[in-house]
Amino acid sequence: MKYDMSDYPLKLEGDNVPMVRFQNVTKKYGQLTVLDGLNLDVAEGEMVTIIGPSGSGKTTVLRMLMTLETIDSGVIYVDGEPLTHMEKNGRLVRASAAHLRKIRSKIGMCFQHFNLFPHMTALGNCMEGPIQVLGLSKEKAEKRALELLDMVGMAEKRDQHPSRLSGGQQQRVAIARALAMRPKVMLFDEVTSALDPEVISEVTSVIRSLVDQHNLTMLMVTHQIGFAREISDRICFFFAGQIEEQGAPKILLDSPQNDRTQQFLSAVLDAN
Amino acid sequence: MPYLDFLTTYSDRFLDGTLITLGQFGLAVLVAIIAALISGLMKMSHSKTVRATATVYIELFRGTSLLVQLYWFYFVLPLFGFTLEKFTAGFVTVGLCYGAYGAELVRGSIQSVPKGQWEAALALNMSPAARMRRIILPQALVTILPPWGNLMVEILKGTALVALISVADLMFETRQINNNTYLSAQAFGTALVIYYIFARFMVTPVMRWLERVMARKIGRM
Amino acid sequence: MLDWKLDFTWEILPRLIAAAGNTLVAAGGGYLVAVVLGLVFALAQRTPSRTLTFIVRELVEFVRSTPLLLQIFFIYYVGPQFGLRLSPWAAGLIAIGLHYAAYLSEVYRGGIENVPKGQWEAARAINLSTVQTYRRIIIPQALPPALAGMGNYLVGILKDTPMLSVIGVAELMHTANSIGADNFRYLEPYTIVGLIFLAISLPTAWLIRRFDKALRRKMGLTR
Ligand SMILES: Nc1ncnc2c1ncn2[C@@H]1O[C@H](COP(=O)(O)OP(=O)(O)O)[C@@H](O)[C@H]1O
Ligand SMILES: [Mg+2]
Repeated sequence: MKYDMSDYPLKLEGDNVPMVRFQNVTKKYGQLTVLDGLNLDVAEGEMVTIIGPSGSGKTTVLRMLMTLETIDSGVIYVDGEPLTHMEKNGRLVRASAAHLRKIRSKIGMCFQHFNLFPHMTALGNCMEGPIQVLGLSKEKAEKRALELLDMVGMAEKRDQHPSRLSGGQQQRVAIARALAMRPKVMLFDEVTSALDPEVISEVTSVIRSLVDQHNLTMLMVTHQIGFAREISDRICFFFAGQIEEQGAPKILLDSPQNDRTQQFLSAVLDAN
Repeated sequence: MPYLDFLTTYSDRFLDGTLITLGQFGLAVLVAIIAALISGLMKMSHSKTVRATATVYIELFRGTSLLVQLYWFYFVLPLFGFTLEKFTAGFVTVGLCYGAYGAELVRGSIQSVPKGQWEAALALNMSPAARMRRIILPQALVTILPPWGNLMVEILKGTALVALISVADLMFETRQINNNTYLSAQAFGTALVIYYIFARFMVTPVMRWLERVMARKIGRM
Repeated sequence: MLDWKLDFTWEILPRLIAAAGNTLVAAGGGYLVAVVLGLVFALAQRTPSRTLTFIVRELVEFVRSTPLLLQIFFIYYVGPQFGLRLSPWAAGLIAIGLHYAAYLSEVYRGGIENVPKGQWEAARAINLSTVQTYRRIIIPQALPPALAGMGNYLVGILKDTPMLSVIGVAELMHTANSIGADNFRYLEPYTIVGLIFLAISLPTAWLIRRFDKALRRKMGLTR
């Protein structure tokens, strides 16, 4: 698909370069337009939560940033550099596989269904990326993995395979696995939705400590409004592939301006 | 001649034939694994040419008979300037024939690995080759082993046809013994039992054992 | 090097095509034996008699684990030793039929075991006899999902008929062998035999796949 690339800078420069920028991003599946000209900036160290009804395109936003999906138009920038495109002869062209790999190294993701590697132990899961991708020595990778497993409270289960772990435990290992790659941006897609209610706090407390203790940039999709209120710097309400309303948690959650936001929030709060 | 005398008289020939059969079997399995892996992966390629090449190989070998293929490799291929010694022609043809069946198993087992596994490997920024080698193939191996065990028995049975291009395997020796003695029940019966013992009490248990080992490795037990 | 002789091709083609007819007859006849005998094996394993179940189960395993070629020789040559002479055709059809009956019995068994237990109970509840239950309730439900497997073994039998050449059944392979030996030319006969097999088995396999898909869709099993 052709579109005018001259509106998009080759690089983001200046003082307030966002860690992530979606500029006019459109995504279609066949006839269905899932995201329609999305513009979204996430500053370095910012925690942005995306809420919205099912099917509104929340997951798609994260998957495009993780390069699990291609985009149909627009440009995504990460850390000032284009992710979906690259510079060639002073123009932006589609990113090559090598370019994607380079920029993707700044991003980590946790999935709703964990997606741990079943044939590796908890420790093996956390060492796989550092050894295979970053080229760390076995000793270094193990040291790093153990520190992270300890941080998520899973050091004792280091030698267990995922099938022996509960959902909450698996998700904590998955967080450690993603962090072991030292990403600058972390994506969380409904990481507590597949969990039993009583173990949700295992995972949310890990994410809370990440927010408190690290300068990670985070983009999170969740249905847990209370949790989002506690830890987010900003909440975006998605509706039908667009940001319908966004703002600081207090403002958006307590005095939403938009009818749809109000409806969504009252429906979600009723359900809880 | 009592059966015991028959056995002692011909045990050497049965043994020689059995060893050749095992050699044919081992080498044919090796050829089949390589052919199935390569063509199964090619079938999943993005390139149409690569996919078509694999399809031609698979359909050619699955669409014709092993015996036709054996004769063709042994008698016709030399006319193209490739002369294969009969032992080689035997296991290569058997391996290629069952490799074509194995290709579908390879493809199916790879496709059975959940999509989330590809995605998690990509999110760790692993290269396509590393994703395949480290994440996908080990998991595909667990699902392919049971049907591959059945294929192994078929390969063992398939090696009996190499006798028809005069490879001196168990089948060949048995026929010779039959021709010399006319003790058909003894000769063919003994060979049947030997094949049966290999298939039922060696190939199948080894495959079952492998299945258990792999299942344990993947932590599914 | 390679020189394909066209006039020789034309000369042998009618003989090969006629032999292909024999191949089809052998495959069809063998299949008929297999379909019936396979059902006997499958049902025998569902009788209350444990001994019978065990014997048939082991027989099926034995037949499936040993080479068809060897079974063909066994059946053809062992008879005369005990005064029973079988023609090549009879021995061949019995051997191939028995071999594939073992495979088909597994297909039937799978199909029957897939019929929900509630169907047996419902049949019992309206007081159908065992034979009636099989005929009216179980087999009609077990058959459609088993048809694809049965079709694949039809192609399998077709491709195994060349083995009958070893006891002198005048099918394709046998004819190609004698043409080759008479003329000292193997390129044309063996290549044509390969092509004839492709021409029969590829469309058949394709038809079976289509049929299976249509059937699945009809039965609401579409994936
Ligand atoms: N692979 C796909 N093919 C076709 N449609 C898809 C695909 N993935 C998502 N969609 C559609 O895109 C829309 C947005 O999906 P998603 O981003 O998963 O929503 P959310 O995460 O907000 O529930 C939905 O209508 C969904 O059906
Ligand atoms: Mg979602």
